[in-house]
Parts: sequence; structure tokens; C-alpha cells
Amino acid sequence: MDWNFIIFSLVKIAIVVGVVQGIVAYSVLAERKISAWIQDRVGPNRTAPPFMKFVPVLGPFLTRLGIFQPLADGLKFLVKEDFTPAGVKKIYFWLAPAVSVIPAMLTVAVIPFGSNLGAQKMVIADLNVGILYTFGIVSMGVYGIVLAGYAANSKYPFFGGIRSSAQMISYEISMGMSVIPVLLIVGNLNLGQIIGWQSGHGWLVAYAPLSFIIFMVASFAETNRTPFDLPEAETELVGGYHTEYSSMKFALFFLAEYSNMVASSAMMVTLFFGGWTLPFWGLDQPAQSLAMGVLQIFVFLAKMLFFMVVFIWVRWMFPRFRYDQLMDLGWRTFLPLALVNILITAVWLWLRS
Amino acid sequence: MEQINNLVNGGAVEDVLFYVFAALTLLCAILVVANPFSRSPVTSAMFLVLTIISMSGLFLLLHAFFLAAVQILVYAGAVMVLFLFVIMLLDLKEEARRKIKFFGLAAGLVSVGIVFSIFVKSLASLQPEAAGPALEGETYALGKLLFTQYTLPFEIVSVLLLVAMIGVILLSKRKLE
Repeated sequence: MDWNFIIFSLVKIAIVVGVVQGIVAYSVLAERKISAWIQDRVGPNRTAPPFMKFVPVLGPFLTRLGIFQPLADGLKFLVKEDFTPAGVKKIYFWLAPAVSVIPAMLTVAVIPFGSNLGAQKMVIADLNVGILYTFGIVSMGVYGIVLAGYAANSKYPFFGGIRSSAQMISYEISMGMSVIPVLLIVGNLNLGQIIGWQSGHGWLVAYAPLSFIIFMVASFAETNRTPFDLPEAETELVGGYHTEYSSMKFALFFLAEYSNMVASSAMMVTLFFGGWTLPFWGLDQPAQSLAMGVLQIFVFLAKMLFFMVVFIWVRWMFPRFRYDQLMDLGWRTFLPLALVNILITAVWLWLRS
Repeated sequence: MEQINNLVNGGAVEDVLFYVFAALTLLCAILVVANPFSRSPVTSAMFLVLTIISMSGLFLLLHAFFLAAVQILVYAGAVMVLFLFVIMLLDLKEEARRKIKFFGLAAGLVSVGIVFSIFVKSLASLQPEAAGPALEGETYALGKLLFTQYTLPFEIVSVLLLVAMIGVILLSKRKLE
């Protein structure tokens, strides 16, 4: 361990956290714009700081795009009254938002978002058990929701918490099983090595398409997004686990949900779509120059943002599952499918060797 | 600067971290069963989660990354969530304080003594100069050992788990017959 390592790690952590926060803020805007587009509306197009009206052409254009809306949203969350209802379990009520944000932010640590800049690898922690680490951390995220439901001491959040714990466990199993064929093919748990394998053999989605489908659907369930947003289900449970929350505490749940989306999109890109590689212009090899390194980071971001848009698009196109359908899908469809997938992959690898 | 570097490379940080995690593990484990501030089952369960997490920190210090990850994934991530699920569904109230019975106390002390003596024996027989475990290919090595040298115990544990699973299904489905 030397000082270079510590300083560069701190810089990387600061930049990654900043970028993730930025993506989160603007994916909320993207969500509102895309939903408006799907429902034939305009979406946010008024918010602007006062001096914007003195800027010709560019000012009205940016205002139309709603670029300033996330800033206004953030300010609103910060200055709103932070209300604590009577009868809540205080400690858990304060703890729950933090417990849901921390795992969401921790997941990004092992994801290789680029090859290298100079001598620095573009990953915060190059763990040998990268995939297991992500699954472990993701599985901790459920505590935030369960505790929020428990702490609120009222019926609707409680239902939300209970539903969430059952849903998370069910889909975590399918998710874990769906990745095993990938591990069988690559033979390594390190995310960087998985990307390296893909640059030589082609994207893994071609080798294990079923794995990708199960992984994607399970990650929708893990992030509590429609069609699996039963823990919040506005129409039945008011707001589910965050019914009693207001102001910044509510915003933290929001942050956790979108950070989880970022993390799942990044995982999908890393595991199935070649991470920072593209099969042409020599982008599939670790970068030799700074420009190539930066370009590869942008390739990764572009792929990730594509999946973010898929997340948002699905939310506004598909209705919510009923609870028994959700459980049925998880246990009786995806789990057997994932097991058969493991078997087929193993036999295929055995025949080839 | 030089001195700090020496401290870091000499393993002082790891020593400090070991004591931090060990203290956390013990403290949280005690708070699971004997929490003076709260008798709520949910609080006990949450402290058990903390115990498991700090234990996986101890595994990390031993460079057993796979075990640390699995510890969090299986125990903290799945088993404890199920515990919480059941506690919430059963709607357990705060447990009342009970008087400690003499027989229970004696039995508890005897079993703690037995476990403690096993620990002392096994710690005393440790070779102090044992080499640290290898870092690379650790998951691979572990898998290979499980399926070659330790196949029989591994299979026995699997069968045991299967039996438990069938038993649970039988017990919960009995009314339908």
C-alpha cells in the first residue's frame, strides 16, 4: 500500500460518486420527459433560474428541455419541512433511509467503468470476487425498505416492507442462478477479467441469452421498478414503505432507487455487453493513450445510459404484476429456467472441452 | 511520512482493524441476546445482522474474500431477511423480562464452559508460524477441495439440507391432505 494508491483511490471515489449523483438527478428528468413523451404530454419545460431570460436563444432552449428541473427538485427536497409523524419508531425511522442509500452507492465500487488512464485502472476496487460482492451488497439493500415499513408503525408502509422482503429474496435467487452460466463460461469472478474475456470472444449475451433475460427481469424486481413495484404500489398501498417520509428522507429513498438502477445497468453492461469494449477501432483492447481511455469510459457510459432508458421505458409501458403472479413468475418460471440454463451450459462446455 | 508508511506496511492497520471488528462482533452478539435498552425482537435481529457483517470483516482480514462475500450474501442478505419477515408477520410484541431460573442458568454456564474449553484446546494446538493462505485463485481452490478431498462431508451436508427442506414442506402442507 502506498500513497499514490490512496490518493488516486480517493480521486476515483469522488469522481464516481459525483457522476452517479449527476446521472441520478438527470435520469429523474429523463424519466419525466420520457413518460411525458409516451403519454403525449410535454413534460417539465418551465423551470429556469431568473437570469436565464437574459440569455438569448440558448436560455429558452435549455428551459424547454427542462435542464434546470433537477436543481429545483433538489432545492425543494432540501428546504421542505422534515416531518416526523407521532408514534413512529424514531431510531429505525432515521436509520432506514441511510440503510437503503449506502448499499446502493457501494455497488458501484467494483464496476470497471473503463480500461485505464495512464497507469491507473479505471475501477475503484479490483476484487477477485467482484460478482459475489455486488450480490452481497445488493441483498443488503432490502433492509432499508423493510425497516422503513416497520418504523412507520402504520399499515400501508408495513405491507410494503413485508412485500419487499419476500420479493427481494425470491428474485435474488433467480438472479444469482442466472449469472452462474456466465461464470462457467468465463471461469472467473473478477469483473475486469469477464470484460477481458468478452473482448476476445464476443459479448456474453450471445453465449447466454437466457441468463441475460432472467438477470434483467430480476434486476427490475430488485430495484423495485414497475412491473415489480409492489412495495410502493401507489394505487393500493398509497406510497408503500415511504408513505410516512417527507423532505430529504424521502429523497434518500428516491436516490437509492435510481442509484440501484445505475448499478444494475452497469452490471448488465459489464456481464453481458462487453463493458467498455467495442469490437471496432481497436476499442476492445486496454487503452494505450489518454484519449482512448476517455473514449472507453464514454462507451461504457453510453451503454449504461441505454439500459437506464430501457428501465424508464418499461415503467411507462407495462402494468404492475399482481402479487401471486410475481411469486409465480419468480419461483415457478425463472428458477427452473435458470437451473436448466446452468445444466445446458455445463453440458455444452463439457462437450466442447 | 516514512514512519506512517512503515506502520501501514508492517500490518499495524490490519491489527487495529482486527481489534475493531472483533470488538464489534462481540458487542453486537451480546446485544442480540441481552440488550439493556430494548426487548424488541426486530432490534435483536438487526444486531445479529451487524454481528454477521463484522464477522465477514474478520474473514476479509484473513484474505478469505470468498467466505466474506458468501457470509454477507447468504446470512445477512437472505437468512436474516427471512427472520425479519417472520418476526414481522407474527407481530411479536416486546418480550417481557423473565426471572432467570437456576436450572437454565446452570445449563447455560455448563455449555458455555464446554464450548470455551474446545476453543482453548484448538487455539493451543495452532502452529504460530503457519503460512498465510494464497490470494489468487482462491475460489477455484476452494471449489476443487470441496469436490475432491471433502466430497463425502459436502454430500452429507447437502442431503441433510434436502431432508430439512422436505420436512418443512411436509409440515406446512399437512393440512391439505
